[in-house]
Amino acid sequence: YAWDANEEYLFKAMVAFAMRRYSSKSTTQISNVLLCNVTDRVSFWFVVTDSSKNVTTVPGSVVEAAIRMNRNRINSAFLLSDKTLQFLKITSTLSPPVEPSTPVWLIVFGVVLCLIVAGIVFLIVSGIQKHKKKNKESTERENLEEKVEVTVTLENGLPCEVLDLKAGHINGVFPADDERFTSL
Amino acid sequence: LSATPEIPKEDGRPKWDNKFQYILSCIGFAVGLGNVWRFPYLCQIHGGGAFLIPYFIALVFEGIPLLHLELALGQCLRKGSIGAWNTISPYLGGVGVGSWVVSILVSLYYNTVLMWVMWYFINSFQEPLPWSVCPLNENRTGFNKECYESTAVNYFWYRKTLNITPDIAESGTLQWWLILCLATCWAIVYLCTIRGIETTGKAIYVTAIFPYLVLTIFLIQGLTLPGATDGLVYLFTPNLNTLKNPRVWLDAATQIFFSLSLAFGGLIAFSSYNPQKNDCEKDAVTVAVVNSVTSLYASIPVFSVLGFKATTAYWDCLDRNILSIINEFDLPEESIMRQNYTSWISFLNSSHPEKIAGVKLKSCDLQEFLDQSVSGTGLAFIVFTQAIILMPGSQAWAILFFIMLFSLGLSSMFGNIEGVFTPLLELQIVSKSTPKELLSGIICLISFLIALCFTLGSGSYWIDIFDRYAGSVPLLVIAFFEVIGVVYIYKIKRFSKDVKWMTGRKLNLYWQITWRFISPLLLLIVFMAFVTLQMLKPPSYAAWNPKYEGFPMKEEKVYPPWVQAICVLLAALPCVCVPLVALFHLIKQKRRSKDTSLVSPEVFSCQGAIS
Repeated sequence: YAWDANEEYLFKAMVAFAMRRYSSKSTTQISNVLLCNVTDRVSFWFVVTDSSKNVTTVPGSVVEAAIRMNRNRINSAFLLSDKTLQFLKITSTLSPPVEPSTPVWLIVFGVVLCLIVAGIVFLIVSGIQKHKKKNKESTERENLEEKVEVTVTLENGLPCEVLDLKAGHINGVFPADDERFTSL
Repeated sequence: LSATPEIPKEDGRPKWDNKFQYILSCIGFAVGLGNVWRFPYLCQIHGGGAFLIPYFIALVFEGIPLLHLELALGQCLRKGSIGAWNTISPYLGGVGVGSWVVSILVSLYYNTVLMWVMWYFINSFQEPLPWSVCPLNENRTGFNKECYESTAVNYFWYRKTLNITPDIAESGTLQWWLILCLATCWAIVYLCTIRGIETTGKAIYVTAIFPYLVLTIFLIQGLTLPGATDGLVYLFTPNLNTLKNPRVWLDAATQIFFSLSLAFGGLIAFSSYNPQKNDCEKDAVTVAVVNSVTSLYASIPVFSVLGFKATTAYWDCLDRNILSIINEFDLPEESIMRQNYTSWISFLNSSHPEKIAGVKLKSCDLQEFLDQSVSGTGLAFIVFTQAIILMPGSQAWAILFFIMLFSLGLSSMFGNIEGVFTPLLELQIVSKSTPKELLSGIICLISFLIALCFTLGSGSYWIDIFDRYAGSVPLLVIAFFEVIGVVYIYKIKRFSKDVKWMTGRKLNLYWQITWRFISPLLLLIVFMAFVTLQMLKPPSYAAWNPKYEGFPMKEEKVYPPWVQAICVLLAALPCVCVPLVALFHLIKQKRRSKDTSLVSPEVFSCQGAIS
């Protein structure tokens, strides 16, 4: 929006409002606020006069305190913020960022850690189960070796671990059943 | 049909589920954090596109031959690094032990870097991002002093994450939040390596492929950011004059060497799980080419984002100047914009020169902002995080970025851990009945406890030391002995026959020449140049000291003597294994030759290998 006489009027009204709220006396009028040295940059000086005390100006510290107390009302009247509407010599107190009671990163960390521990436990347990099954299988196999086994040489790529060369129909020279080869 | 030599003998050794898993593991091991944060930096400071020339030459004459050598060795001998070198010659067993020691040292500090990545990852779920705002000081009138003088991003990294001490001699305390992250990282590594390649083989599908997806997303996003083209042009504009500087060639050679993760023993371990009849030549070329292409591919989004950041900083600088001018001259708002800034400046300079001088404008130069090059952790945790704040939807970008870094590092950790794990399994210091889960658990637990010293206040200084001394010089030495050992002690004729048996093709002239002469020579030159450069100036480090006058610049300090001794120890320990083990065997042989007659060493070759 453009800065014109109406906006200046609003500004005077806001300053008067701030003074009224701060000192809680209803004597400050819009005519008490004087603007001077208005530039195109939209920057100006202003003073507040006290009509009850014969045209003296209200001390700067009082005006500063009043403005500071009502800063957010003044800002929102002009749709501006602390950064875009600057009062020289009035620094704003900064609000700290909102901190939740438990830091967020701790929550995320907890989730990640739970997933990992669950994964580790699952893998260890499945490893133990596989180990037990392998032990049971090897004891079962030792029991079965007494019986005559059917040849399984029909499978290709037979692992040569159990060299049960019962393939007597291939190596006809060697006696078939009695020979037991040690597994590699 | 008794067992012919063609049927692979089952020796109970674990094997890869399929060839793709093996290739992916090698690629994942080679492609690591260095591809993202070191290669683009080198490209930038060494003349952009011109750097690709020495890089490509180093790849062809050093990278690919050494890679092929390691893969062929592991595949032929079917053993981890220690066992393999012991088989070639007991005098060379030290090479394997050296690789093993380097793998341990590097695993320790590499996982600590991942710990930082994890810390940033779990902090990325907040709004606003914690590294985007400075915390307030006690009376809430302004920002924390340390943060205000540097930047919010720097403050979060140096104070909130590292809680860094101003000097390496001051250890500070253990940071509990870092300990939690370190425990998580080692738990993740344990989860993935719990049963050796059975589990890493499954995990690698995710950790090796995911970074490429994220890089593509960042590529698309990065190219749409304003200023991205400036960054890319800056990166790739070739400046052929830099090739006259020998430093450029040295950097290219070392970058290729360390980027391919050679001499760690991890590649030997990976290929030892292969069937012997496998084309290792094609594998080597594939892995090396993919690694280099990934480096190039990663540098595009990195430099788009850096260009964006430089442009934003340049605009901020301009805006601040414009504000000062408008305030000083009381001009209306929006009279000076970025586009007509220069014309306004010249006009004001001619009309009111004293007033302009009184405003004390900062010189805003886009080139200057682009020149601020960073590599390593600075790139990821300071520069990139700052750029992410400026992007819309910063939480999502931060989360994606840090998961990508984590996957890149994790897949390299798999290789490191395999380099430690596989030789231990074969050394027979553990009985056969000990489950693998227990062994990997012990390794991870011990590494976690030792790595706790990196969570101290001075931890990041120590990681720099490990990176500079344990992860550089010993690798060059070990690789040199690897090549010499295979070519001149095992004899290249035997090795050629083995490779021919494995791949089915004769070794062509390229491999013969590079293995025999070029690679060892290159390694020797690189080693000597590297050591000379290190010794030129006393080793120093840059400390973050809030009380320093030049703060936020870092303070240059020299390492105290006891730290320098540790540096030398770290670099010398793996190297000294090589002569020590040779000496040990020599003594053993001398003592044995006194009792019995000298047994001639058995002729060993791949075809008859049974592990």
